[in-house]
Amino acid sequence: MTRWTPDPTFYPSPSDAAGAPAEKLAYVAAFDRAAEQPDAIAVIDTDPASAGYGTVVGWTDLPHTGDELHHFGWNACSSALCPTAPHPHVERRYLIVPGLRSSRIYVLDTKDDPRNPRLVKEIPAAELAAKADYSRPHTIHCGPDGIYVSALGAGQGGDGPGGIAILDHQTFDVRGQWEADRGDQHLAYDFWWHLTQDVLVTSEWGTPDMIEDGIVPELLLGREYGHRIHFWDLAKRTLVQTVDLGDQYQMTLELRPAHDPTASHGFLGVVISVEDLSASIWVWHRSGGGFEVRKVIDIPAEPADPALLPPALQPFGAVPPLVTDIDLSVDDKYLYVSCWGTGELRRYDVSDPFHPIFLDSVHLGGIVRRTPHPAFPDERLAGGPQMVEVSRDGERVYVTNSLYGSWDDQFYPDGVGAWLAKVDVTDTTFTLDERFFPHGDEFRGRRVHQTRLQGGDASSDSYCFPS
Amino acid sequence: MTWGSYAALVALGAFHGLNPAMGWLFAVARGMQERSRAVLLRSLPPIAAGHLASVAIVAAIISATRSVVAANVVGIAGGVLLVGFGLWRLLSDRHFRWAGMRLSAAQLAGWSFLMSSAHGAGLMLLPVLATTPVPVTHAGHAMSGSPAGALTGLAAAGVHTIAMFTVMAACALLVYEFLGVKILRRAWFNVDRLWAGVLVAAGALTIALTT
Repeated sequence: MTRWTPDPTFYPSPSDAAGAPAEKLAYVAAFDRAAEQPDAIAVIDTDPASAGYGTVVGWTDLPHTGDELHHFGWNACSSALCPTAPHPHVERRYLIVPGLRSSRIYVLDTKDDPRNPRLVKEIPAAELAAKADYSRPHTIHCGPDGIYVSALGAGQGGDGPGGIAILDHQTFDVRGQWEADRGDQHLAYDFWWHLTQDVLVTSEWGTPDMIEDGIVPELLLGREYGHRIHFWDLAKRTLVQTVDLGDQYQMTLELRPAHDPTASHGFLGVVISVEDLSASIWVWHRSGGGFEVRKVIDIPAEPADPALLPPALQPFGAVPPLVTDIDLSVDDKYLYVSCWGTGELRRYDVSDPFHPIFLDSVHLGGIVRRTPHPAFPDERLAGGPQMVEVSRDGERVYVTNSLYGSWDDQFYPDGVGAWLAKVDVTDTTFTLDERFFPHGDEFRGRRVHQTRLQGGDASSDSYCFPS
Repeated sequence: MTWGSYAALVALGAFHGLNPAMGWLFAVARGMQERSRAVLLRSLPPIAAGHLASVAIVAAIISATRSVVAANVVGIAGGVLLVGFGLWRLLSDRHFRWAGMRLSAAQLAGWSFLMSSAHGAGLMLLPVLATTPVPVTHAGHAMSGSPAGALTGLAAAGVHTIAMFTVMAACALLVYEFLGVKILRRAWFNVDRLWAGVLVAAGALTIALTT
């Protein structure tokens, strides 16, 4: 049912969104690696004035096991104000939750009881395969009048091509495959867009066969994971341009376009270079009629005692940073970079996107460091800052520590644990909130992957009107 | 056409012009994107033209058929069915066919045409058109009433569109120059629901006036 007035969490411009009130709840995807218990959405209290602040205050178990929840998202967001197909009276109330391993997609309603979202629809893997010929749904973005779902694999089997499926934004039915002409695009991962410029960008990880049982050293050293990004015509749904970063750069994962709708640049995180184990951040930007991609940040590997390393890394005697996620504040000023291997969350000033300035960082976990949280100084942490979520006002940053079940096991073979940390941010400070550290048993034996904030966050909404 | 009819057409035009979804918001967005009032102003005529085309088709059909119902009912009904089916086919896929923001003037007019048609903008004029006496040049010669009736319909669509264009331009300029799009969050009530209500009322009024 539609509203009489626009959903108050929709904002026409990024600066309006940056003035949004603080989120009171955070939703976190939690999964059972053993696939014995159901995966769940954990609900965390983020209101500092509340007695339950920083604890799990709600929990919704899903009906099946083995889903491995990944990057879920909202059914509708600020893009509903876009003028091409405005739907401002739909509500941001449903979480669209994909199971990366099961290929199921769940729809959860957060409206009646925001602390205990209610399952209202389940899209079986067979429906996604039959109608869109895709499997392994991964990332959700709310478009102006449809829900876009990236998927890593083809409908049947463990190969590609992966791509994007469209769900109806009212019925959540699978409408079909988004691509009209994909050219030679085969590997899929993340996607986002420059909505006002009719440009969609996609990145590459690997097909299900290449990732589901863990990272395959031969594929990595054979430089066979994704190393390209693709630019599409969003209206015509055709591949327009592909940029290859060079095959030493393996896994072009997270894409974060500028929120400013008049800007046409964005940031890309690359997990690893097989030449020196470094990670890197790249900027895409318009150049002439097309796009160019340029490396702007290099994060080197850190030498380490092989005895402290998991078997996969022992031959190298170094810890790769493994940049597995990045997030851009809504004002496009700060870029947050997760180094899941070294256990560090970095902040860069990207006011000038071509010349990022490293500002500060916090350490948590890490393959060798195992930095504890200041609130629990005796607990050596496993995992590292992985999925990053930034509040709309840019003052709070949330990080969870699990990457992907089988990959967690390779890099943290003694267990990755489960924790969610929060960093308080001002222009001059970057500090862990000692009151906010749900971890361990609070997550009931699940690992925690991604956070979404009530009312939206820095990686959910896109805007059609400049500030 | 009476003065009352024209007043009703102008009022409905103003109502259509007021609706952000009918086009002025698109013009504002294009203007803001390019930081240019000229871009905003250049966007308005194609949007009005698309709206005019959509409304004129309905108006011409209604006005023309009033005097020749018996002769043409089968053809017109079939035509309407075909147009309706065609539009449905087009629009059932509309979310992704018309997702673009970078449209040429012709594409913008096309977008406006589809938007107006999908919302039944022309049908809303039914009570005015269906109850307006049609000038007949030769009494008893039914066929001669047809083109004249259609012309009445086109005039009605023109009056309606001028009103729509004026209100649309005023809204677009007001928001672009003074209010800013932030106003949308508070002021954009659900026109779609009101729209549906007006359509139902128009249908009821037509029945009441013709029986």
